[in-house]
Amino acid sequence: MQTGFVPIVILLVLAGAFGVLSLVVSWLLTPKRKVKAKLDPYECGIEPVRLPAKEQFPVKFYVVAMLFIIFDIETIFMYPWAVAYRSLGLFGLVEMIVFIGLVFVAYLFVWQKGGLEWEGPARPMGTLPASVEHTPGDRRREPAATGGA
Amino acid sequence: MGPLAQAVAPSHMPIVLRPLLPELILVGTALALMLLDALRPTPDQRPFVLLSLAGVAGAAAATLSLWTWKGPGSVLGGMIAADRFAVYFRLVILAAAALGILLSSYYLDRAGEARGEYYPLLLFATAGMTLITAASDLILIFLALEILSLSLYLLTGFSFRRLASAEASMKYFLLGAFSSAFFLYGIAFAYGATGTTNLAGIATALASRVNGDALALIAVGLLAVGFSFKIAAVPFHMWTPDAYQGAPTCVTAFMSAGTKVAAFGAFLRVFGVAFLPLAHDWRAFMGVLAAISIIVGSVLAIAQTDIKRLLAYSSIAQAGFILVGLSAGTQAGIQSAMFYLAVYAGTVLGAFAVVAIASVRGEEHTALSSYAGLARRRPLLGLALTAFLLSLAGIPPMAGFIAKVSVFSAAVQAGSWPLVLIAVLASVAAAFFYIRVIVLMYMQDPAPEIEGVRIESDPAGWAAVLAPAFLTVVFGILPGLLFGLLRTASVVRF
Repeated sequence: MQTGFVPIVILLVLAGAFGVLSLVVSWLLTPKRKVKAKLDPYECGIEPVRLPAKEQFPVKFYVVAMLFIIFDIETIFMYPWAVAYRSLGLFGLVEMIVFIGLVFVAYLFVWQKGGLEWEGPARPMGTLPASVEHTPGDRRREPAATGGA
Repeated sequence: MGPLAQAVAPSHMPIVLRPLLPELILVGTALALMLLDALRPTPDQRPFVLLSLAGVAGAAAATLSLWTWKGPGSVLGGMIAADRFAVYFRLVILAAAALGILLSSYYLDRAGEARGEYYPLLLFATAGMTLITAASDLILIFLALEILSLSLYLLTGFSFRRLASAEASMKYFLLGAFSSAFFLYGIAFAYGATGTTNLAGIATALASRVNGDALALIAVGLLAVGFSFKIAAVPFHMWTPDAYQGAPTCVTAFMSAGTKVAAFGAFLRVFGVAFLPLAHDWRAFMGVLAAISIIVGSVLAIAQTDIKRLLAYSSIAQAGFILVGLSAGTQAGIQSAMFYLAVYAGTVLGAFAVVAIASVRGEEHTALSSYAGLARRRPLLGLALTAFLLSLAGIPPMAGFIAKVSVFSAAVQAGSWPLVLIAVLASVAAAFFYIRVIVLMYMQDPAPEIEGVRIESDPAGWAAVLAPAFLTVVFGILPGLLFGLLRTASVVRF
């Protein structure tokens, strides 16, 4: 039974060797010219911008990304159902209605909570609080003391 | 008919949903509350509290009706077990949820944190907890584990304006995700070793082997690590003190009781059914885990100056005592662990309820020094906390004493007396810090800055304190009430 895993081990070794080998070869063969553009952090075509220190900025994309995943999964489940619709019959229809109903409740919730507004009023959960309250039980240092990372 | 349709067609396999009814009711109620919160937002949290309590009561009624279930032992393709083991654990969890809801309504009112998302999240967490105790397939156990964990990460960070709460949520999330990975890897190895994820199937596959093979043992180890994170056993306890301290006290009360009961329910089922053929291999491992949990939990608790952290370390030690029962690997061991869990849930929930009320508003006054003279300021509150601490210490006539005795006797019967010796010695040492709090409450004067602070409470808050206190005393004097149920409930079939 253990022999079934031998190909996986071989693949692991090959993949590791390929990675190491590529790095070593490129380190040996490439010319090393240190230009500013080369030393800059890579940022997908955009000029790298230094973020303002100690300033809060909104992170809006993650809400959109999370919502996208929910509805993406809904669609993914609908394809096989649509293909097997006739053979699944009433059972499949009821299951799908339950499933879409569940996602619909989530959709209503997000919509009413303002999750779909891009420039809307402060979202209850998504926005950063204006001031962070420290309580006696709080063992954390002041945020300013953590340094300007 | 296509192959997919054949696999799920109703004519081939009747879909029996009744053993899943408690979870369906809980999730249905949670969805209704989400809609209520979204469409009719109101600052008044009373409808939320009443509806969630109704949902929990409905789920409890559905659970009780399963006690006399005559149908198949497992339904939905062997995914859900319809046994009394699940009924017992569900009832304990639902009781903890009901008290947690009452305490939350009290706490959120005072802290000004009442928001509509809270109660749906709490119900989703409860549904995950009850589901995990009934799940008889590793995949479903993992799913239920995620349902309860994800809800609890959010609840832990519910007071996100307070840094400690956000930090606790973050730590709990990171370590929880880490442990989930261990668990999932364990499932993969279990599947690799036996070709199935069904617990009964794993047991059958392992029973026919002469020697335990390496893959199955790796699976046992990884799954044990995954569970140990959730039950907060040393050395997988790092998140516990921070999460318990940072979370809103009402959430701490609910999750310290509920998570431990739920995770132990699945732990007992997985190791008492699927990996029972390998018991001689994992018994020693559980014994070591139990011993270091008891020792480390008790020793570190002595050094604490905050009551929430003290109770957190105490809960780590309690996990060790429950593991003593599991490490026996016998029917009596499972039975004693189940008794211990019910007692622990009530005791720790009540203790955190006292903390929530004594804190006046939110997280104020959780330092041990603010408990000086509490018994003089609020005699009933002091008396209740005394009962809980004595029960945690295992002093008669509290239920904790009976729980410890039954766990120890099961372990001695199974021949692991060195472990019991360590546990008894450690519980003597642990009695020190429990009794120190009691001495503080009764024999010292309140600090001047706390003297004038008025502790208010409402019926919901009192219910969350007095109901567990009552049960702690009753089960201590009449443990037969619970052991009667356990005689049939501790038989794990699937």
